[in-house]
Amino acid sequence: MANDILVFAEVRDGTFKRISAEMISAAKELAKKTGGGVAVAVVGNGVDAVAGEAASYPVDKVYTVKSPNLDTYSTQGYAQALLAVIAEADPAIVLFGATAMGKDLSSRTAAATGAALMTDCTEIDFDDGTLKATRPVYSGKVYAHVEASKEGLKMASIRPNIFPAAEKSGNSAASTDVSVNIDAASIKAKVLEVVASTTGRKDVTEAEIVVSGGRSLKSEENFKILEDLADAIGASVGASRAAVDAGYQPHSRQVGQTGKVVNPKLYIAVGISGAIQHLVGMRTSKVIVAINKDASAPIFQYADYGIDGDLFEVVPILTEEFKKLLGTA
Amino acid sequence: MKIGVMVKNVPDTESKIKLSADRKSIEMQGVKFVMNTYDEFAVEEALQLKEKLGADTTVTVFSLGPERLVETLRTALAMGADAAVHLTDPAFEGGDSIANAKVLAKAAEAEGFDLILGGKQGIDFDSAQTLSAVAEFLGMGQAQVVTDIEVGGDNTSLKVRRRIEGGDEIVDVTLPAIISCEKGLNEPRYASLPGIMKAKKKEIKKLGLSELGLSADEVGAAGSGTQVVGYSPLKERPPVKMLEGGPAEQAKELVRLLREEAKVL
Amino acid sequence: MPASFELTEEERLIQQTAHDFANDRIVPIAAENDRRGTFPKEILKEMADLGFMSMLIPEDYGGVGLGNFSLVLVLEEINRGCASTGVTMSVHNSLASSPIIRYGSDEIKKKFLPKMATGELLGAYALSEAGSGSDAASLQCRATKDGDFYVLNGTKSWITTGAEADVFVVMVRTNPKERSKGISSFVVESDTPGFSIGKKENKLGLRASSTVQLVFEDARVPARQILGKEGEGFKIAMETLDGGRIGIAAQAVGIAKASLDASVGYANEREQFGKKIGSFQAIQWKLADMATSIDAARLLMYRAARLRDAGKPHTQEAAMAKLFASEMSNRAAREAVQIHGGAGYLKDFPVERYYRDARITEIYEGTSEIHRIVISRNLTKN
Repeated sequence: MANDILVFAEVRDGTFKRISAEMISAAKELAKKTGGGVAVAVVGNGVDAVAGEAASYPVDKVYTVKSPNLDTYSTQGYAQALLAVIAEADPAIVLFGATAMGKDLSSRTAAATGAALMTDCTEIDFDDGTLKATRPVYSGKVYAHVEASKEGLKMASIRPNIFPAAEKSGNSAASTDVSVNIDAASIKAKVLEVVASTTGRKDVTEAEIVVSGGRSLKSEENFKILEDLADAIGASVGASRAAVDAGYQPHSRQVGQTGKVVNPKLYIAVGISGAIQHLVGMRTSKVIVAINKDASAPIFQYADYGIDGDLFEVVPILTEEFKKLLGTA
Repeated sequence: MKIGVMVKNVPDTESKIKLSADRKSIEMQGVKFVMNTYDEFAVEEALQLKEKLGADTTVTVFSLGPERLVETLRTALAMGADAAVHLTDPAFEGGDSIANAKVLAKAAEAEGFDLILGGKQGIDFDSAQTLSAVAEFLGMGQAQVVTDIEVGGDNTSLKVRRRIEGGDEIVDVTLPAIISCEKGLNEPRYASLPGIMKAKKKEIKKLGLSELGLSADEVGAAGSGTQVVGYSPLKERPPVKMLEGGPAEQAKELVRLLREEAKVL
Repeated sequence: MPASFELTEEERLIQQTAHDFANDRIVPIAAENDRRGTFPKEILKEMADLGFMSMLIPEDYGGVGLGNFSLVLVLEEINRGCASTGVTMSVHNSLASSPIIRYGSDEIKKKFLPKMATGELLGAYALSEAGSGSDAASLQCRATKDGDFYVLNGTKSWITTGAEADVFVVMVRTNPKERSKGISSFVVESDTPGFSIGKKENKLGLRASSTVQLVFEDARVPARQILGKEGEGFKIAMETLDGGRIGIAAQAVGIAKASLDASVGYANEREQFGKKIGSFQAIQWKLADMATSIDAARLLMYRAARLRDAGKPHTQEAAMAKLFASEMSNRAAREAVQIHGGAGYLKDFPVERYYRDARITEIYEGTSEIHRIVISRNLTKN
């Protein structure tokens, strides 16, 4: 139906990712305005269980594309599958999470379909017959308001942690298999291997809570106190560029201009002064806590709660307090 | 191997972004433009591949947009690129990523690149859309956010490492292909003074709508599915609440506030 | 002279390279250099690879041969990061390589310039003595001819980069009967027998660059290493200083720009009375005055550099640029400390270093007083 919202379900290792439940929430909001329903596209190999899981959310329809050639993510394989779902479902809008997979796939499929595309949105609305979005630009220094043309298919990717994850409703939405012949030869880039980061934590971009440290931690070993804090509240660990440049943390954990942009519900900046390069990576976080012994550090201007003190004294006590509260001891 | 590198320029990260009075546009007066950070990694990688693969490898930088891009193309030439193409035409103005990708794809097609490199995103609009769209228009394989590139023995494929949430993917890419570059791939060189002097003598080829065989309605604002209708500044955060007392009291109070006031625990 | 102060595309690229290099490689280590009293010599190799150490050396001798205008563009940026690194680069280019280029024989040029271009040899300049500073023509270091050699005796003082340099342009007296016309210039290598480094001075600023005494005790220098002819040394020294002074103007502008950048940053961060201090007019006026005087100094510097590149007279213009820029730089650094308040007095912030480093720019390569004499003498001589 040309009023429907189609959600591309991100599946990794057979898991229906949280971001996709968030996109279902976003789609429900938009569907109220377009007067259509919400459908989910599940693509992969052996994804029946995930498709079943998707159908248990409050959605109207689940489309699945299954092929051994979709066993791992590939831009071209998944694009072919999604294009087939789009052809079948004829949605008004396709939503993606603004993740590595969502950003990669959305631009490829937008180019293929001639769709209007807005990436990395922090607000989205359907109004006056078209899709309108707000997205941070210039490294988050300002917001741009973007509108799609009224005619034609529209696509958007939305940042993690903007919409609450939809809850499963015990629904069992109708499921349709879309059959596509995915030719292995048409996939020019194939994943040989996925190397999980050794930290065993969620990526900072996916985490709901991020604890980040700066150069004031003084050594790689001292990051242990942040790891302990992170363990106590189920957080991921990030780092400022200064800490990464000093070799205390890998670049994959760097938050900021040349690192990752995070949007957690809680961001705890420890010993980070708040250079603009760092701020652009975290300032859309819902709640920001800063712990720094320099009371004039710019980070405090962006924080909701500030502790002017020695991180080596404060952090271990804070960890204990969190453990007491959350029973994570 | 024929390597193409897509470059653009963006406001220097040190520059202030000011909105126009009507908030319809960004004030560009006095803003200094520099090569997009991630494009520097792409240029550097191309130059290192050329050094590795030998003299029959060429590096051509190409760019779509206003006159100020000439300086960025010249910088890439000064770093060591062999040739530069500037895609410029009044009809290209106001294009979104997908419309711009059409133009870039046409130019790339004409050049016949075996490998196209670019930054993982422009740090102005932060869309990260263009390379993927160019790949689609050219029917090429792609790998985005790449931190390592190895050329296959016969120069017909690459093995790349790309960053995803929580880890890395090792991807085999058949050439021709498009790769978007991430920090960590290399350390970009500076344009040396001898390089700058040499670059002065290199030609920057200009191509417009008709040379590329495009029509005005498929590019620029006319060919775009989206348009920016305005901007707004970041919302001001309420002033910080500084917690009083010694470390123990501060920690206790913070946990209470996060639980009861901010409700994030 | 080219009337425009607008940079050409090539000049903008040169400036950008220097800007990026300063930000990436020099700014992060400048405070540490200052604290340790030395800077990593490897940085000079990196600078040489980019062409910064051979900006005046012609391509035939392995240099980039760009000229004084490009040189001041780079010097401003390097000095913005670290004035000690800046003065090392300035002395090497303007005071050491320049007189060899202008007055050395082809043999001497071939011997020294290619290695100076690659940074293998670092250059310095030796004019001042304990008893002759502003009154340079009264210098007492002696050279007497002995066959194919000159034999040097005496002591030079306040020699910038003296401890690290490999090649010195040294002014000595070859004729005791004459005053300025009795002086000659020689290129002296640091491994010359009889040549040694004396006392290393403990200074207020420029702490990462050495300032030393040079001691000559029967140091035998090949006669062919003379620059120009016997008796031309003072003229060569003064003409060289015209270029050097433009370099010091660039240093002063660079320190002032660093002072302004730090001040703007701090004014936008620091809050007092519930407001950013940058919202107070008292601070705004300081910043406006700093920015305006930096631009004025920079334009004087640009003019002098353009004239020197065009081969036109520029003694007056170089003196004006150096005088104005150095006094401006001291005001700017002083205001930067003031804007930072108590924080500015701490080593945790860079402005106290700018304040200490700026001070020398009013003293070396001609004090402000000497420059006023040079300028006024030109005004009244007809």
